[in-house]
Amino acid sequence: MSYYFSIIGNNDAPLYELEIGTYHQSGDGTPHLPKEIHQLEQFIVNSSLDILQDIQFKNNAIFTKNLDNFYGYQIFSYLTQGNAKFIILTDLKSHDESLRQFLIEINELYVKTLLNPFYTVNNPITSSGFDTRVRLLARKYL
Amino acid sequence: MSRQLKQLGDDIWRNKVEKVNSELFTLTYGSIVAQLCKDFNYNYDEVNNELFQMGYSIGIRLIDEFLQKTQLSRCVNLKDTAEIVSKIGFKIFLNITPTVAHWAADYRSFGLILTENPLADFVELPDDGKASKKLWYSNILCGVLKGCFEMVQLDCDVSFIQDTLKGDDATEIRVKLIKILKDEIPAGEE
Repeated sequence: MSYYFSIIGNNDAPLYELEIGTYHQSGDGTPHLPKEIHQLEQFIVNSSLDILQDIQFKNNAIFTKNLDNFYGYQIFSYLTQGNAKFIILTDLKSHDESLRQFLIEINELYVKTLLNPFYTVNNPITSSGFDTRVRLLARKYL
Repeated sequence: MSRQLKQLGDDIWRNKVEKVNSELFTLTYGSIVAQLCKDFNYNYDEVNNELFQMGYSIGIRLIDEFLQKTQLSRCVNLKDTAEIVSKIGFKIFLNITPTVAHWAADYRSFGLILTENPLADFVELPDDGKASKKLWYSNILCGVLKGCFEMVQLDCDVSFIQDTLKGDDATEIRVKLIKILKDEIPAGEE
């Protein structure tokens, strides 16, 4: 199983992206998305934003599973209180609970990043510490 | 002696000082430093300098409040001073007690090791290659100490020598006594 994870700021600009494979079932963390998907992943994720914006004021849930799908690839989304979006594109078919946990912890990391005085809201997140911690979480949950 | 000091520090911290939310404090200090970096165009030497000056101005006033709250008398030697700075000074203003360590052989300089630094929570230095070498993020503390010492007739050199933000193992402030100033009549008063 492979995942493409991206954080999108509240002005719809991308802040962070990561392509990672599963560590469970003897996976070693390398993503196996086909080349066509790899090239399109940013477009797929961004096009799902429209749906997210439609539903975000209709219900109270911040985590949405099956937000959109693209030829069998599913999109999960998580909306932070500051209207930043965490989007995951995956070839996973079911079991969304660990994904939800993953996104909740990512939210915590994201808030810590926001508290850093040298980080400006909606700028790309370049901190290597953040990247390492996201990878650790991915290892744990995905 | 050292236990008494600790007790005194605890008491004062609990009963006499007004407290403020630590995140508010941390974030306020953070935005000051970030703004200074911007204003000085990321020239970190100048930022350090400015923080030190700000601290110095705080220090020369803060010592009065410190003495008023603690009612302490003169220290006998620098060892005393170090204990009081760590167990009472840092305790009542920041609620931390740095460890006094690394005494020089002649007992004229010592290190204060900050196991936690409330100024630097959440902080990651900008990764422009310069910040992690030059910027002393909490340099204001050095200024405060310098100002305080100067007002009690101790002319000291105070500076950071390592900081966990830069990837060092510990955060350490080095205090070096240069000389003891004499009590002098201010100029123009005979």
